[in-house]
Amino acid sequence: MNIHEHQAKEIFRKYGVPTPKGFVAFKPENAVKAAQQLGGDLDVWVVKAQIHAGGRGKAGGVKLARSTEEVGMYAKELLGKTLVTHQTGPEGKRVHRIYIEEGAEIEKEFYLGMVLDRASEKPVMMASTEGGMEIEEVAAKTPEKIIKVEIDPAIGFQGFHGRKLAFGLGLPKEQVNKFISFAQAVYHVYMDYDANLIEINPLIRTKDKKFLALDAKMGFDDNALYRQPEILAMRDLTEEEPTEIEAGKYGLSYIKLDGNVGCMVNGAGLAMATMDIIKHEGGQPANFLDVGGGASAETVAKGFEIILRDPNVKAIFVNIFGGIVRCDRVANGILEATKLTKVEVPVVVRLDGTNAEEAAEILNNSGIKNIISAKDLKDGAKKVVEAANRG
Amino acid sequence: MSILVNKNTKVIVQGFTGKEGTFHAEQCMAYGTQIVGGVTPGKGGQTHLDKPVFNTVEEAVKATGATVSLIFVPPAFVADAVMEAADAGIELAVTITEGTPVKDMMYAKAYAVKKGMKMIGPNCPGIITSEECKIGIMPGFIFKKGPVGLISKSGTLTYEASNQVVKAGYGVSTAVGIGGDPIIGLSYKDLLPLFEKDPETKLIVMIGEIGGTLEIEAAEFIKENITKPVVAFIAGQTAPKGKRMGHAGAIISGGKGTAKEKMDALSAAGVHVVVSPADIGETVAKILK
Repeated sequence: MNIHEHQAKEIFRKYGVPTPKGFVAFKPENAVKAAQQLGGDLDVWVVKAQIHAGGRGKAGGVKLARSTEEVGMYAKELLGKTLVTHQTGPEGKRVHRIYIEEGAEIEKEFYLGMVLDRASEKPVMMASTEGGMEIEEVAAKTPEKIIKVEIDPAIGFQGFHGRKLAFGLGLPKEQVNKFISFAQAVYHVYMDYDANLIEINPLIRTKDKKFLALDAKMGFDDNALYRQPEILAMRDLTEEEPTEIEAGKYGLSYIKLDGNVGCMVNGAGLAMATMDIIKHEGGQPANFLDVGGGASAETVAKGFEIILRDPNVKAIFVNIFGGIVRCDRVANGILEATKLTKVEVPVVVRLDGTNAEEAAEILNNSGIKNIISAKDLKDGAKKVVEAANRG
Repeated sequence: MSILVNKNTKVIVQGFTGKEGTFHAEQCMAYGTQIVGGVTPGKGGQTHLDKPVFNTVEEAVKATGATVSLIFVPPAFVADAVMEAADAGIELAVTITEGTPVKDMMYAKAYAVKKGMKMIGPNCPGIITSEECKIGIMPGFIFKKGPVGLISKSGTLTYEASNQVVKAGYGVSTAVGIGGDPIIGLSYKDLLPLFEKDPETKLIVMIGEIGGTLEIEAAEFIKENITKPVVAFIAGQTAPKGKRMGHAGAIISGGKGTAKEKMDALSAAGVHVVVSPADIGETVAKILK
């Protein structure tokens, strides 16, 4: 799960990570009020669109206002606007909230990030002098400009971790301790909130030699949300795909893609492999859908309903490997599901594993014309691609 | 022969009396696994499925001599259960539970390593030595004895692969589902040398997926250390960037961890990489013929 910049900064402030002062606004009039609250005589206010995607600046989602009237003007312009950045996809993201912040006098921009390093299985903190640039780009072009420290949670964040980063960035010695406290506070935020990503880009040094988190991005481990009520309360459903949320409520894991062959599979690995074989046989998968272990009539029906909401779907491939769940039960579930949800496109069904033969018989005798039974993975993929291309 | 577990392995179940624990312990026993008891705090002294229940893993190990623990406790208690097993001198903990927080596994694995306990999972189907011992939730009947060692991140793809191998006329020595989480216990490069040493295993099938670098590490290891033929399939060739594909670990981040990157590394290491998941059985048969 991800949260907005203003929410991440709220958490930062609680932990003593310095940030500029700011207020969130959902309406232009509140934006003006926020600007006045920050101090009516500031030189610059920053009006920032709040969406869960990077690249806002380049897409026109960050404005510098010279007066409270200008704050109001930019607020009107941004609220309701759809921003297209390199991370949103071509459809873009609609701005529902903005963040009004006091301007800061930037002397130098840095990058500070934290993520789980899967190779060492420990959190790693990264810093770079190339603030404001995308870290992936820095990593590709000038990897020597990224300083990494692996932090063993058994010892926590120590002074030496901070010194490696601070001296690595070339900070003069009178700024080192200030930077270390900053980095240490970020480490505690990461660990305490079960984050899986923190990015501060840029982290700035102001003209009066203070470090400030000018931007803040945070992502969290979904498996830990049960013990993070504060984060869960920050969830913004308008940032998520509504179909994916609905699928989640039924224990289905669904991700929409661009093709025309719908897929319904049990198990995440087999679901990905099913997408792959559809492509291999000349088709394009319309979605990823893992129905989980059970595959009951209700979940299968819901699966059909969700897949068919995508008008591009011309055929559906149901690929179930019955282990503990018996195939004859799944077959009956599929028949039941076609009564609950109207399915007009061809449905190729491949059931293998426990009681596969009985299942094939049930499907063949069902009298439902658009159900086509397949004998194995390859046969099923071929048949469904053919059917989709005909449709 | 086989790796890690066989018909003499003594197993306890943590979360023994729960719904999942009960169902799968019964299935394992029916397969022939020596389940010698279980642990459910507060139910010590009772009998469940004709086996003794203990309050702690330590008591269970003392009384039964078990060396392996099969863990079914809910996600919030997984780290505790794994660490308790390690503390009690269990040699191998197999965790089936899905949804454990990454931070918990970070601590639990570090402790397991310190105590010298091997881990399989979490979020995995477990381990099976065909026709001898099943410690997990896989359907036993699709595994027939044979010369193929199987290592996989995915449950249903493990079944798919074994099914194809059996239909092609061969069988599986031991199959290990290593799990799809960002932090897991034994991985490819820990299991490959065990299969290399196992005289029954003539060929190794490894099934990977997008996300992380375990398959890349495996490729480097295979190049230097493995003489037996390896067949590999990587799931997620068509997965979009930045989306979590069901498994918590299956995500392509910053262009890293793609299927292509992994397939190229494995091919360069001399592995027979199949593009279609339907070609696993056929490819195995071609090599073993």
